[in-house]
Amino acid sequence: MEHAGEPHATQDAEPTGSHAHGQQHPLGVYFKIWGLLFVLSAASYAVDWYQLQGLLRWSLIILFMLLKAGLIVAVFMHMLWERLALFYAIVVPPLLLITLIGIGALEAGYTFLSRGTFFAPTAEEQQRPAH
Amino acid sequence: MANHQATGTAGALPGRDGWRSVVTDVSSDQRAFKDVPWGKPMMWIFLLSDTFIFGSFLISYMTVRMSTTVPWPNPSEVFSLHMFGQNVPLLLIAIMTFVLISSSGTMALAVNFGYRRDRRMTAILLIATAALGATFVGMQAFEWYKLISEGVRPWGNPWGAAQFGSAFFMITGFHGTHVTIGVIFLIVVAVKVVRGDLDRERRGFLTGRRGNYEIVEIMGLYWHFVDLVWVFIFAFFYLW
Repeated sequence: MEHAGEPHATQDAEPTGSHAHGQQHPLGVYFKIWGLLFVLSAASYAVDWYQLQGLLRWSLIILFMLLKAGLIVAVFMHMLWERLALFYAIVVPPLLLITLIGIGALEAGYTFLSRGTFFAPTAEEQQRPAH
Repeated sequence: MANHQATGTAGALPGRDGWRSVVTDVSSDQRAFKDVPWGKPMMWIFLLSDTFIFGSFLISYMTVRMSTTVPWPNPSEVFSLHMFGQNVPLLLIAIMTFVLISSSGTMALAVNFGYRRDRRMTAILLIATAALGATFVGMQAFEWYKLISEGVRPWGNPWGAAQFGSAFFMITGFHGTHVTIGVIFLIVVAVKVVRGDLDRERRGFLTGRRGNYEIVEIMGLYWHFVDLVWVFIFAFFYLW
C-alpha cells in the first residue's frame, strides 16, 4: 500500500516526461549562438587580416578561441543544462591538460635555449668567454 | 528527490542543488548520472578520450614549433589563395571555418526538431549538416592537394622547419577523418529518422537497441566536438 504513495507516482511519471522532451530549448537560443560564432570567427580572421602581432594577436586569438569553444560546449552541447556531476566529470579532466601544456612549453623553451647555446655559432661565441 | 527530476525543460536552468546533486550522483550505486540517458555519458567519455588525443597532438605540435631554431613557415602566406589579382590570406581556411560552424548550427536545430518529433525537418537538417560536413572535407582535400603539389611532405617543405609538414598532415588528417566518420554517422541517423525508426523505437543498425530521438542529440555531441576541435586547430595552427 505504501507503494501507491505520491513519490513513486512522480518517479514513474518523470522519466517518460523527460524522455519525450529531452533537451528542448527555444530555437532563438541556437540562432543567437550561431550568429555569435560567426561574429567571433570573423573577428579572429580579422586578427590575421590586419596582421596584428605580438601580445595583442595572442590575447585576441585565445580570447576568441575560448569564447567560441565555451559557447559550443555550453549551448550546442547542452552542458549548461546538464547535471552538475556530469559537468564536472567532463570539464575537470581537460583542465588537467593545461598542466601538460605547461610542462610541454617549459621543456620546449629549454630545448630551444640549449639548441641556441650549443648549435648556433654566434651564441657559442658568446658562451665561450664565460668558461 | 522529486524536485531535481526536472531536467531538460525549456527556459531557465533546472534546480541542480549544487554539490548535493553531485554527491547524490557520484555515490549512486545504480547510475552515476541520474536522468541522463546512458548513451550520453558514454559519448561524452569517448569525446573526453578524444580530447586527450587531440590535446596530445596540439601539445607535441607546440613543442616542436617552440623548440625549432629553423624558421616556421608563415601560415598566413602558406594558406593564402590567389584571388581577384591578389593573395588573400587564409581564404580557404576562413571559408572552411564558416562551413563547419554552419553545420554545427544546423545540427543543433536538428536535435531540437528531433525532440519536437518533427521528422521532416530533422531529416532535412541532418542531411544539410552532412552536406556541409562533406563540403568541408572536400575543401580540405583541395588544401592537401595544393600543399602536396607545392612540395610539402611530412619530412619537409620549401619554406622552413620540416616539422610543419608532419604537424599539418597529422592534425588536419586526424580532424578530417573525424569529420568523414561524422558525415557517415549523420547519414545513418538521417536514414533512421526518415524511415521512422526513432518514432517506432525500432531496433537497428549501429545501436542494436531501441532507437529514439536521443540518438540525434548524442550524434550531435560528436558533431559539435568536431567543430570544437577545429576551433583550436584554427587558433593554434592557422593563426599562430
